Amino acid sequence: MAALAESWSWFTALAVGVSLFKCLFINAYHSTDFEVHRNWLAITYSLPLSRWYHENSSEWTLDYPPLFAWLERGLAQAARRWDGDMLRLDNLNYASPATVLFQRLSVVCTDLLFIYAARECCRCVRVQKAPQDVLSRPSFVLAVLLLWNFGLLIVDHIHFQYNGFLFGFLLLSVARHLQSRHLQGALLFAVLLNLKHIFLYVAPAYGIFLLRSYCFTLDRPDGSIRWSSFAPLRLLALGGIVVSIFALSFGPFVAMGQLSQVVSRLFPFRRGLCHAYWAPNAWALYSGADKALAALGVRLKLLQGAELPRAAMTGGLVQEVQHAVLPSVPPAATLLCTLPALVSIWCRRRGNRAFLRCLLLCALASFLFGWHVHEKAILLAVLPLSILAVESREDARIFLVLATTGHYSLFPLLFTPAEMIIKVCLMLMFTIYSFTALGNLHRSQGSLLRPMEVAYLLGLVAVAISCEFVFPLSPWRQKLPFLPLLVTSVYCALGVSYSFLRLYATLLRSDDKHKQL
Amino acid sequence: MQTWSLVSISVLLAVLVRWGVSLNSYSGAGNPPMFGDYEAQRHWQEVTYNLPLQQWYFNTSDNDLNYWGLDYPPLTAYHSWLCAYVANILNPDWVELHRSRGYESPAHKLFMRITVLVTDVLIYIPAVVLYCLYLTDGSAKRRVSILLSILLYPGLILIDYGHFQYNGVSLGFALWGVLALGLGWNSLGSLAFSLALNYKQMELYHALPFFCYLLGKCIKAGLIGRGFILLVKITATVLVTFGLCWLPFLPDPSQVLQVVRRIFPVARGLFEDKVANTWCSLNTVIKIRSILTSDSQLYLSLAFTLLAALPSSIKLLMKPTFWNFKLALVNTSLAFFLFSYQVHEKSILLAALPVCLLLNEFPLMCIWFLQASTFSMLPLFLKDGLLVPYTVAFLGFPFLTVYLLSALDDCSEDELKLGTCGKLFSFLPKMHLACIMKWKFYVSMALMAVLSVVSVAMDPPPHLPDLFPVLMSTTAFMHFLGVFLNFNIVQFMDPPRKKSRKKNN
Repeated sequence: MAALAESWSWFTALAVGVSLFKCLFINAYHSTDFEVHRNWLAITYSLPLSRWYHENSSEWTLDYPPLFAWLERGLAQAARRWDGDMLRLDNLNYASPATVLFQRLSVVCTDLLFIYAARECCRCVRVQKAPQDVLSRPSFVLAVLLLWNFGLLIVDHIHFQYNGFLFGFLLLSVARHLQSRHLQGALLFAVLLNLKHIFLYVAPAYGIFLLRSYCFTLDRPDGSIRWSSFAPLRLLALGGIVVSIFALSFGPFVAMGQLSQVVSRLFPFRRGLCHAYWAPNAWALYSGADKALAALGVRLKLLQGAELPRAAMTGGLVQEVQHAVLPSVPPAATLLCTLPALVSIWCRRRGNRAFLRCLLLCALASFLFGWHVHEKAILLAVLPLSILAVESREDARIFLVLATTGHYSLFPLLFTPAEMIIKVCLMLMFTIYSFTALGNLHRSQGSLLRPMEVAYLLGLVAVAISCEFVFPLSPWRQKLPFLPLLVTSVYCALGVSYSFLRLYATLLRSDDKHKQL
Repeated sequence: MQTWSLVSISVLLAVLVRWGVSLNSYSGAGNPPMFGDYEAQRHWQEVTYNLPLQQWYFNTSDNDLNYWGLDYPPLTAYHSWLCAYVANILNPDWVELHRSRGYESPAHKLFMRITVLVTDVLIYIPAVVLYCLYLTDGSAKRRVSILLSILLYPGLILIDYGHFQYNGVSLGFALWGVLALGLGWNSLGSLAFSLALNYKQMELYHALPFFCYLLGKCIKAGLIGRGFILLVKITATVLVTFGLCWLPFLPDPSQVLQVVRRIFPVARGLFEDKVANTWCSLNTVIKIRSILTSDSQLYLSLAFTLLAALPSSIKLLMKPTFWNFKLALVNTSLAFFLFSYQVHEKSILLAALPVCLLLNEFPLMCIWFLQASTFSMLPLFLKDGLLVPYTVAFLGFPFLTVYLLSALDDCSEDELKLGTCGKLFSFLPKMHLACIMKWKFYVSMALMAVLSVVSVAMDPPPHLPDLFPVLMSTTAFMHFLGVFLNFNIVQFMDPPRKKSRKKNN
């Protein structure tokens, strides 16, 4: 208790440090996402509610749920005092210094929610005995892994997005569930769903867990469901919360009869299987195999080179794809792959950490097999895994492989020369820290990683050097400009798939342990 | 956690902060016809690459000395030549004679910023790391905290990576000199410091302590015997280094003379612009520049400088310990800054480096001084468009360093080593003295913050157009004077406490 009573000054130092650090990159490169959000500021400020989801004078139409649109509107009220010109709809690609400063600072400020959520997660960390040295405490390590996460810093504060704010909701909801405050957790998740609908991928984990562990209050001796202990009041409370949040968010649009328009904006299904830059998921492996087999087929004279669709998947733009050799994958198949993980938490009451594990598996499964996945979605798995990594040795191993691979796969997002130093140094910093800190935490049982994993990660370094430095100076630069992206995605996909399988194994093995008890 | 990982993380963080600052504007950006220090450096690359060595310091048809003529010693010129050699490979337009004047492009800016980073990583940062690991007392955590605090000193970062200069090279060499002397390698130390002197003549601010320390060591070892041999070795090292650096110029005495004339321009006035030193601050009440002739100004400043610098140097000569050496470095460089002739605000960096070396023993006083030094350069940063990095530094540096070094916890009278002076305050309980120190610190920070905000947000009254720079430089001057007096007292009090601290380790 003495440790708890001691001030959390180190947390304040970390939080203030990282916030000021983020301010240093205000003038760094920002992607088209910057213009996207500026456009949304303009839409929500200048147009009435009825036109928000119909407006398409710019290519960056509003495709987030209504609560996020309201957030943009709130920001626009503040933006008015900085530079009113950014709120004009026709001001496409407007990026005055005041606009850049305002938008960047808005990300830093909304990150305060993420900082609060990180603190709540640090409070949840189970500790056997708190070491004297602050640096060796699990809560300190978790704070650094969350606050100084490489992926978040790169994607939010350079590439430009509001993921910190969104993941703040997610982590806060997870923290509430870990503290057994389920209603608050459900409320936060409902709000999150209405901020960015990509979190629908993990909604099954929430749904099954809350239904099983919150609505059924008692179990049979062997842990399976006792149907008689169903608590309808709890179900009503949960339902009430979810319905009211959705009503708040979608209500106005239903009233105006625009629900179908909003849904069509939120779920555009015409895009291709892989995003412009291949996310390192199973489809990357599939498409990579397809390309390889096609090339092999042409070489072996089994296929006619002229018949193959030319550069179909590597053309950097978002489009529907045709596979050359392997059958083209229909959309429905992607959904099936997400199901298996949910069954295990339904069958037995597994506790709050099992819920977190299942959430992770849903997130990772959706990343690996999902429709139109962006590589930024790996953060959905890396951040919650940090909580498990500081508590359990096995999870720490998986975290090291997943985080390093996932973070490296974000490299193609920052392709400008000035940002090269930033991404390399920041990646090194985070990787060195995560390896040494987690190794230190779990050092009682020998080294953390197996030789195969070490070899894979060293291979990652080789891939990094050849893609970033060797390839641009080689003669293939003109003929195969997307080769480094292909190699990066395929290599990282191996790591991500491996982590997924290991996580599944952990879940099932603890399931077995539970059975034996 | 292992020291190597903490050190590498600190170094990477330092590099990231530097690079973040370098994304901003530089001195004279988009400002013809003269631009600023950035264009000066680019111009020196152009001159040294395209013209033969004999013409570098002379006014010829190809080399107009009025447009950023070379006014640093030869090592800077060689460095510029090296950068120009690489620049020419990447894009000859960057250093083409005459035509590249005022050349500005994102790619060129990237190149120039990388040259600064490379020299920092090769020279300055390793020196700081080795200093913190080998010449700092305390636990591994304490050493890494000191390392991080020194590496994140904003003044140097904002000047080198914002305004654009290569102070990291000269300060780095000087630090290598201090490091070598601390480890007992006298010849290497003299070599390193001679290189520093040959890079920037402003390192003369540090010359007196180096000289007195080494001479004192020789005298102590006995002028007949080992001491004499040491003296000969050091003299030889210095002469050989100077000889090698000036080798291309030596055959022709007029060359040497011209270089000297360029690096020591005595035709300018007592001070330029608003500087936080005595003369500029005095000028607000008594207009010295108009009262005295320029010759008497020169003699006045010389006299006062020597008067201020000599006591500490003589003390060092008589008792040549490393501790005295570090204190003398601070005192002498501050004396020069406060009283010397034609001082620029950037010269405070020469005092800041030795102060950084005292962070372990006097955390609060040093952080205070370092913050004031960054604050004193605000007018320069505003001119260069570096407001955002300045704000980040102004808020972040004291917060982080005070936390890392627990500076506010330890400021009892003992820590301040006021010694005899402290006995004057002995009627006050220790707690009160610590409280007074803390509140002085807070008030001072608040004052600097208010002045910063006011000078950015408000316009000065029309009849006092220089109000804000004058207020800022006078405030900074008071801080510098206070620190100068404090460290002089410390040097003369000879604190016994340092030995007791060693016992505790």
